[in-house]
Amino acid sequence: MITVRDLLRFSPSFRYGAIILMVVVVLIILSYFSPFEPDDRRAVPRNEPPSFEYLLGTTSTGQDVFWMLTFAIRNTMIIAGVAVIIGRTIGVLLGMISGYVGGTLDRVLSSIVDSVIVIPRLPLVILIASILRGQITIITLAVLIGILDWAYPSKRYRAQIFSLREREFTQTAVFAGMNTFKIVVQEHLPFLIPFLLADMVSGFLFAIGFEVTLSILGLSDLNAQSIGTMIYWGNYYQALLSKQIWVLAAPIAASVLIVVGFYLMSIGLGTYLDPRTRLKRLEVRG
Amino acid sequence: MSLLREFILPRLLQWALVIFVGITITFLIPRLSPVNPISQALGRLTAFQNVAPEAMVELRETLEDLYGLNGSIFDQYVAFWKRVLRGDLGPSFSAFPRSVNEMIGAGLGWTIGLLGTAVISSWLLGLLLGSLAGYFSNRWWSQVLDKLLIFIYPVPYYIVAFVLLMAFTFYLPIFPLVGGAKGTPGLNWEYISSVLHHSFLPAFSIMVGALAFRFIMAKTLATSELASDYVQYAEMGGLPRRKIITNYVMRNTMLPQITDLGLSLGAIFEGALITEVVFAYPGVGSVLYNSIISADYNVIMGITLLSIVGIATASLLVDLSYPLFDPRVRLR
Amino acid sequence: MSVIVEANNLKAHYITHAFGVQRSVKAVDGISIKVSEGEVYGIAGESGCGKSTLLKVLLGAHQPPLTVVDGSVKYRFDGVEMDALAMGEAARRDIRWSKVSYIPQGSMHVLNPVRRIQDTFRDFIQTHRSTSAREAHDMTRAYLNELGLPEKVMRAYPHQLSGGMRQRVTIGLATILWPKLIFADEPTTALDVVVQRGVIQLLKDIRQKEGSTLILITHDMGVHANLSDRIAVLYAGKVVEEADTRTILKTPLHPYTQYLIKSLPHLDERTERVSIPGRPPALDHPPSGCRFHPRCPLAIDKCRTIDPETISVRPGHQVACHVVTEGIPHAASV
Repeated sequence: MITVRDLLRFSPSFRYGAIILMVVVVLIILSYFSPFEPDDRRAVPRNEPPSFEYLLGTTSTGQDVFWMLTFAIRNTMIIAGVAVIIGRTIGVLLGMISGYVGGTLDRVLSSIVDSVIVIPRLPLVILIASILRGQITIITLAVLIGILDWAYPSKRYRAQIFSLREREFTQTAVFAGMNTFKIVVQEHLPFLIPFLLADMVSGFLFAIGFEVTLSILGLSDLNAQSIGTMIYWGNYYQALLSKQIWVLAAPIAASVLIVVGFYLMSIGLGTYLDPRTRLKRLEVRG
Repeated sequence: MSLLREFILPRLLQWALVIFVGITITFLIPRLSPVNPISQALGRLTAFQNVAPEAMVELRETLEDLYGLNGSIFDQYVAFWKRVLRGDLGPSFSAFPRSVNEMIGAGLGWTIGLLGTAVISSWLLGLLLGSLAGYFSNRWWSQVLDKLLIFIYPVPYYIVAFVLLMAFTFYLPIFPLVGGAKGTPGLNWEYISSVLHHSFLPAFSIMVGALAFRFIMAKTLATSELASDYVQYAEMGGLPRRKIITNYVMRNTMLPQITDLGLSLGAIFEGALITEVVFAYPGVGSVLYNSIISADYNVIMGITLLSIVGIATASLLVDLSYPLFDPRVRLR
Repeated sequence: MSVIVEANNLKAHYITHAFGVQRSVKAVDGISIKVSEGEVYGIAGESGCGKSTLLKVLLGAHQPPLTVVDGSVKYRFDGVEMDALAMGEAARRDIRWSKVSYIPQGSMHVLNPVRRIQDTFRDFIQTHRSTSAREAHDMTRAYLNELGLPEKVMRAYPHQLSGGMRQRVTIGLATILWPKLIFADEPTTALDVVVQRGVIQLLKDIRQKEGSTLILITHDMGVHANLSDRIAVLYAGKVVEEADTRTILKTPLHPYTQYLIKSLPHLDERTERVSIPGRPPALDHPPSGCRFHPRCPLAIDKCRTIDPETISVRPGHQVACHVVTEGIPHAASV
């Protein structure tokens, strides 16, 4: 089995992704040491461009962009994390039920899932969020995003489980009299876990994207700092038109960095998961 | 023929199911909220403007009629369906007495134009480029594209649109900042070129995201096709490269991509909505955005409903066309 | 009889380098064979002995990570000698299908599932002959007819045909331009016995009509008995014995060959079948000396250390075995 160490050593994309995410973690930790509270207005001079004192400049409400960003990254990641946990839990459960029980239950569940997938989520979420407007907290937002993203993952888990069930080692275990629970935990889990990891990354990408989108539309907790709300307030105070580009550039750059970091790691994991592409990438001498 | 029955009928059933579930959800959401939407809406309306008493009464009645207190939940549900099946999406609040239908209708053409271009071109281009990149995976351009896409694919639509906006309307003012077109609508070149000029950047920003996804998918599929027995046999037989790429690789990778097109229509639609907000493009997305700001419930509900029906139907049409391309489904 | 294809001390290894580990699988490790024009040359051996690899290299269709590290493969058509390994793309394309052709293993899936049979045939024909579509269709129709396949096969898609039909169509596809040299890789595997008979007959017919040379690779000794003129027995990347079919079947000399023949069921015999103990070796770390020695009941000390050379025991009969060359009496005692 290839370990994390091997992945770091031999997969450049995994390595770069991990480095980027390390930076993100550092920034999140820094947020706990911030000299400012997240909603301290007028704490510093307004509209200062980036300098040594104010690394990423300041906003028109007198807040230091750098320290705002650390809070923003922290909150965005919290939202994404909770959303992913919720979404993937539902997805894994549904996928496993469908995959292991099979039969009519599977067919019914699959039809429901296939139908739900088609429904465009953004208008629905906008509807929900605008009704709940003013009542949304970070956790509410996370839950909202979480219940959006279980359909496609549940399909994927179901497919994985079906393929695992057909494999020889499962048949062998069944013949040997292993009970279902043991089969699932001892034989299948080692395969499912890396798959789950790679899938969670895609969950993060989705959740971050949606958080940013909703916040920019003004539908999330506008008092909390998140990457999306930073952009929202930046737009609100016309940062683009009044040439204070750093107010917007910082959260945009951060969001790009985070998603790219996640994506790189998922590519590295994906190489490990798919033996076919692995063969193609082999270095050949001769 | 019976095979088609086995394929068409279930798919139609699913379409009906989606619409049913979607409309029911849209019906339920306002009712499940802890806040009374009527009072909220009325409160917002009267906060900034004086509304004539007659209009207030009519509004309240309409509101009650729409998701109101006429009878039990079941009665409301039935009334709702009756309305929807008539095609009546109710009046708008903020632009009263304009109907929601009217407001959506004004923007629909623009959005469909944007969507249509983005969907078709990103699918075709992505399929072509991705398959070629998969076949020629050792060439420099294939590798460069791969690396480039790493920075494009995972980025949320808004960011892509916004960065493009900043770059090409602000810093390098090639394109206009807002709007759909200048001048009076008409079939003259002046107007049409203005439309094209204004819509280029929004369309491009949606395409970038959709293209990236399609490219990656096509490349992955092409790579696995290359390992298939029939492609390897064709290579061994010395068949000309062009023939192998079109008839052996792409013809086969096309199939899962058709199915996937149905699934990604929703995502591209969402991208279009966001893009319109960024570029102030006068389509359905802008209408939605403005109704968010003015808390115009009816419009939001109407757009939600319409998008569910629209996407489900488009997806159905795409899926029904699948047998045309895959002989294994078409014939026994 | 002129030689049509000749391999000399051919060595081809799979060399891979992944996640810090380098592996070299010595699938073909010093094979020399000469095939005469017009004969059916059989290559026999278990799975994993290197048959398919040998085939790929003989065709010049090898690709990284499969690399030829030593030796040569030469074709001779109408007196002109060609180096199969050093040929350029264009030259290779030229001789494929018109002179050298290949019936693949698993013929189930070599037909493009979204293309009609007649169009696939047209693709292959038009690559090597300049004909119009109509001419290509006519050619196909006539040939399929000769092969005993019904006309409706032409417009059918692969999934509409049965496994046996698909196999026969593939054989037709490989031979439609009457190549002089045909490589067949396990043409009867995964087919039921009745269809197998049809395929064997088909191959015989084709050979008879055009006098082509057939190189037949299969583990099924029964098929060899039916078709092959000469047989080379492969074990772990090396040829351990080579002789005409009759000799191999009646008086095999190499212990491995003896086991192979002994394991064949006879219609009236009721004795117990003996299978060879152990398993074929993994080819990235083959055993020292004679590769068969861990499983050989007759192994002597020399077998463990020195790789036996191929010695000609009689004209047309070669063996690579110390026990045989040292004349130690053992025949039929395995």
